[in-house]
Amino acid sequence: MTSYDIYLIAPQLATAAIALMVIVFDLFFKRNKLLPVIAFVGLAIPAAFSLIQLNDLIVSDSSGLVPGSSVFHGSLMVDQFSLFFNFVVLIVTGLVILSSNDYLSRMNNHRAEYFGLMLLSATGMLLLVGATELITIYIALELTTLPLVALAAMLLTAKSTEAGMKFLVIGALSSAVMLYGMTLIFGFTGSTTLSGISEALSVSHYADIPFGSYAVLVGMLLLVVGFGFKLSAVPYQMWVPDVYEGAPTPAVAFLSVASKAAAFALVLRVLCSGFIEVQLEWTILIACLAAASMTIGNLAALVQNNIKRLLGYSTIAHAGYILIGIAAIGGNSSESLFSHMGPSSVLFYLVAYAAANLTALFSIIAIGHNINSDQIDDYSGMFRRSPLISLALVLSLIALIGVPPTGIFMAKIHIFASAIDNHLTWLAVVGVVNSVISVYYYVRVIRVMFLSQTEDQSKIRMSWAPGIALISTSLMTLLIGILPGVILNLAEDAVKVLPNIGYW
Amino acid sequence: MITGFNGILSVTVFLPALAGLLIWLVAKSDRQVRVIAVTAGLGDLVLAGLVFVIFNKGDGADRYQLVDRIDWINTDTFNASYLLAVDGLSAPLVLLTGLLGFCALLASFHIQTRVKEYFVWLLVLQTAVMGVFTSLDLLLFFLFWELELIPMYMLISVWGSGRKEYSAMKFLIFTILGSAAMLVALVGVFLSGDLKTFDMVLLSESSNRLVAGGMVLPISMLFWLFFIAFAIKLPTWPVHTWLPDAHTDAPTAASVMLAGVMLKMGGYGLLRINVGLFPDQVKIFAWAIVALGVISIIYGAIVTLKQTDLKRLIAYSSVSHMGLVLLGVGSVAVSGERISSVGLNGAAMQLFTHGTITGLLFLCVGLIYDKAHTRYIPDLGGLANRMPFVAIAFLIAGLASLGLPGLSGFVSEILVFLGTFAAFPWPTVLAVFGIVLAAGYILWMMQRTLFGPDLPRFSTLSDASLVEAVPLVLLIISIVVVGVYPAILTTVFESGLNPMVEVMNGLTNDISGTLITR
Repeated sequence: MTSYDIYLIAPQLATAAIALMVIVFDLFFKRNKLLPVIAFVGLAIPAAFSLIQLNDLIVSDSSGLVPGSSVFHGSLMVDQFSLFFNFVVLIVTGLVILSSNDYLSRMNNHRAEYFGLMLLSATGMLLLVGATELITIYIALELTTLPLVALAAMLLTAKSTEAGMKFLVIGALSSAVMLYGMTLIFGFTGSTTLSGISEALSVSHYADIPFGSYAVLVGMLLLVVGFGFKLSAVPYQMWVPDVYEGAPTPAVAFLSVASKAAAFALVLRVLCSGFIEVQLEWTILIACLAAASMTIGNLAALVQNNIKRLLGYSTIAHAGYILIGIAAIGGNSSESLFSHMGPSSVLFYLVAYAAANLTALFSIIAIGHNINSDQIDDYSGMFRRSPLISLALVLSLIALIGVPPTGIFMAKIHIFASAIDNHLTWLAVVGVVNSVISVYYYVRVIRVMFLSQTEDQSKIRMSWAPGIALISTSLMTLLIGILPGVILNLAEDAVKVLPNIGYW
Repeated sequence: MITGFNGILSVTVFLPALAGLLIWLVAKSDRQVRVIAVTAGLGDLVLAGLVFVIFNKGDGADRYQLVDRIDWINTDTFNASYLLAVDGLSAPLVLLTGLLGFCALLASFHIQTRVKEYFVWLLVLQTAVMGVFTSLDLLLFFLFWELELIPMYMLISVWGSGRKEYSAMKFLIFTILGSAAMLVALVGVFLSGDLKTFDMVLLSESSNRLVAGGMVLPISMLFWLFFIAFAIKLPTWPVHTWLPDAHTDAPTAASVMLAGVMLKMGGYGLLRINVGLFPDQVKIFAWAIVALGVISIIYGAIVTLKQTDLKRLIAYSSVSHMGLVLLGVGSVAVSGERISSVGLNGAAMQLFTHGTITGLLFLCVGLIYDKAHTRYIPDLGGLANRMPFVAIAFLIAGLASLGLPGLSGFVSEILVFLGTFAAFPWPTVLAVFGIVLAAGYILWMMQRTLFGPDLPRFSTLSDASLVEAVPLVLLIISIVVVGVYPAILTTVFESGLNPMVEVMNGLTNDISGTLITR
C-alpha cells in the first residue's frame, strides 16, 4: 500500500469519515439540526477528490483515452468510468439528504444514524463502481446493502420492519448464491481479479477440463443472480414492492437510484472486463432477464393502488429497459461503428432515470408527508392543492413513460438503437410494446391528480431544502431531454475505458 | 446540407407555447387569459400567413426555405439537429395550422371551468403541430409529434363531455402505439446506411436514398412501421376507432384542432416520410395503400349514414375523406409512363381543404350544441330560421364537404381521382361511389337539422355572436377562395412534391422496372 493508493481511494475514505463524523457529532452535541448540514456539506470533500482525480486522468493523456489507475494490486480501478459513477452517487446522495429535511420529523431519535447509514452505504457504492476483484466486489456489495436494510426498517412501523426484514433475508440469500458463484469461478480460473479471469478464460480450452466450461457458466449465472437482486431485475424482484411501500420514502429514493446505478456499473464492468469471452452466453441470459423484467414489472404495476408500490414495479420495468443496453454489448458486430452505444446508453439511461425517479419520489415525499397517505386515490385534486409539486410529479411520470422532451425519451432511443444495431430487434420490440403498456398506469396517476375534485383544499407544505432538491431534479429531467449531448458525451467517454468496448 | 438561421419559423412554432407560459405565470383573470391567448393566436396566424406569402415557389428557388438550423446533439455515435424549414408541402399546412389555431382559440370563449389551464394546453398543442409541419429532422419531428399527446389528452378528459375519460385514454393508447412503431422505424433509419443521420433533407436526396442492402432492419418493415404510425393518426380503417370517440367527447376547439390539423399530421407524415424517404417502397406497396384507402372511403361513408350524433357523423365522414389521401398516395404506382404529381397534389390538397371544411363543420356543430344543448339529430330541426348565419356556414361547409364544384373540397377530390385513375382504374371508380354516399349523408343531415318545421323548444335560440362569427367567416373565405382559385395552393404543393416525383422517375429509369430486386 503506497500513498498513491490512499490518494486514489480518497473519495471513499472521505465519505466514510463523514459518516463517522455525523455519528460522533450526535454523541457529544444535541444540535441535531446541524446533522444534515454536516452530511451535505461534507459530501463536497469526496466530490472534490473525484474532480481532482478526473482532472489528473485527463491531463495525463490528452487523447482522452485514459486507462485509469489500479489500486491495491488490482482490487479497484480509478478511471473515467468509476469517476462518472462517483459523481452520480455523490449527487444523488446530496439530493436525498436535502429531500429528507421534512420527513425526518418521523424518526426524531435516529437522525444521526439515518445520515450515517446513508453515507456508509454511499461509501459501499463508491467502492462498488470501481471494484475489479471478486472479494472487493463482495465486501462493497455488503457495505452497500446492510446500511440500506437498517434504513428500510427505520420507521419502526410494522410495514417498515417487514420491509427491512425482507430486504435482509433476500439480500443474504442472494449474497450466499453469489459467493458460491465466485468460488466456482475462482476454482476454475485460479484468479479473483477480473483481468485474471478474462485471461484464464481466453487461454484455456474448455474441452480439456471436465465440466470446466459448465463451472464457469454456472459460476457466472450465480453471480448474475446476486447482481440481479441489486438491480431489482426479475426473477429477484420479490422484495422491491414491499420495501418500497414500507421503507421511509427518502430511503426509497436513495435505494432506487444510487444503489441501482452502482449495481449497473458493477454488472457492466464485470461482464465486459471479466467475461467477454463467454459473451454469447450472457447476452442471451441478460436479454431474457431484460424481457422478463419489463413485462412482469409493467403488468404488475397496472393493478397497483399505492403509489410507492407502483413506482416499485416501475423500477423493475426500468431495470429491464436498462438491461437491454447491457445485452446489446454482447451481440455487437466488430465492424460496427456503434459498438459502444450499448454501454454508453446504459450510463445515459441511468442518469436520466435518476433525475426522473428522484423527481417523482421527492414529490411523493412532500405529498405523502402532508396527507399521510400513499394511496393514489388520495392524490385526487392534487393539482388544485399544489400546482407546482403536482406539475413536478406529472413531469416525472411523463418522463418515466418516455415521452419527449424528457431525459428518458432520449435514453430509450439510445437503448433501442443499440439493441437494433446489435441484432436484438426482438428485444427492442418487447421494450417498445412495454413502453406502450406503461402509459396506462402512469397516466392513471396524472388523471387522478388533474381531474378528480376533493373537499380538502389545504396546501402541501414543503421547506426550502426539499424544494431545492425537487426543482433541481425537475430541471435536470427536462434539460437532459432537451440537451442530451452533455451527459451523452460524458457517458461515451466513460465507457471507452472498459476493455473490449468501442475503441479498445 | 442546408444551413442558416432565419428565425421566422422558430418564432412561429414557439410563440403559442410562450404565450401559454405567460398566461400560466402572469394572467390573473379569465379576461386576461383570453386576451393573451387570442393575441398570440392572431400573431401566429399573421406569422403563418407571412411564411406562406414569402415562400418562393418559382423555378430555381431553393426547395427548402426559411431554414433554422442549430446543432442539437453531437456525440461520437449520435447526431441530430434542430432543423426547421418549409418547402412547398409544408408551407400551406403551416398556414392551415395558424388559421385553425386562431379559430379554435376564438371558439373557446364560452369555456368557464379552469380557463387558464384550458388555454395553456390549447396553445401548447398548437406549438406541437406547428413543430411537426416544419421540422425536417426525424428526431425533432418525433419530439413534436409526441408533444401533442398530453395537451390533447387533457383537453378531452377535463373539458370534454360524455365518456370523456374513456375516450381520452383510448386516444392516448392508440396514438402511443403508433408512436412506438415510429420510434423503432426512425431508429432503424438512423442506423442504416453510412450517413447516420436523422436529417430528412439528406435522407430524401436520391444519392443517399435508403436501399435494401444497407439496412439494419428490412426496408419494407421500416416503411410499414412509419405507415402504421401515420395510418393511426390519419386515421385509416381498421385503426380509426379512436377517432369517433375522441371527437364526440372532445370540446369544440379540441375537435377543430383534432380534425383540422392533427389528422393532417398523419397525411403529412405519409407524404414527407413514406413517399419522400421510401420512394421505391411506396411504389411496391401502392396497391395495399390504395386498398386501405378505398375501404376507408366506402366503410367510413356507410357508417356515417347511420349516425345520429352530429359530431360522430362528422368524425366518421373524416375517416371516409381521409381515405382520399391514401388513394392519392397510391397514384405513384402508375406503370410505363412518367409519374406526375397530380395524385400526390390531390392528397396534399385534401389535407388543406378537409382541414378547413371539417374545422368549419365542427365550429357550427359546437355552436348548435352550445345553444340547443343537443347533438342528437332526431331532436333537432328548423334551426335555419333561428340561427340563419350559422345555418349558412354549416351549409357551405357541408356542400364543400360533399364536393360541390366552386368550393375547395371539389378541387382535391378531382385531383386525387385524376391522378389515381391512371394507376388503379377500378378502385378509383369504387372510391367515387363513396363520394356519392357523402352527398347522401351530408344533405340528409342538413335537411334534418337545419330545415323542416320550426320547433317551439328552439324558439329562444340566438344566432352567432361577433366573436363566434369571426372564425366562421375566416374559414368560409378560405373555402371559397381555394375553390374558385385553387392554383393559389396547388402551385405551392407542386413545388414541394415535384422533387419527390422526380426522384421516383429517376428510380424507374435506373432500374428499368425491376423494382422488386432492390
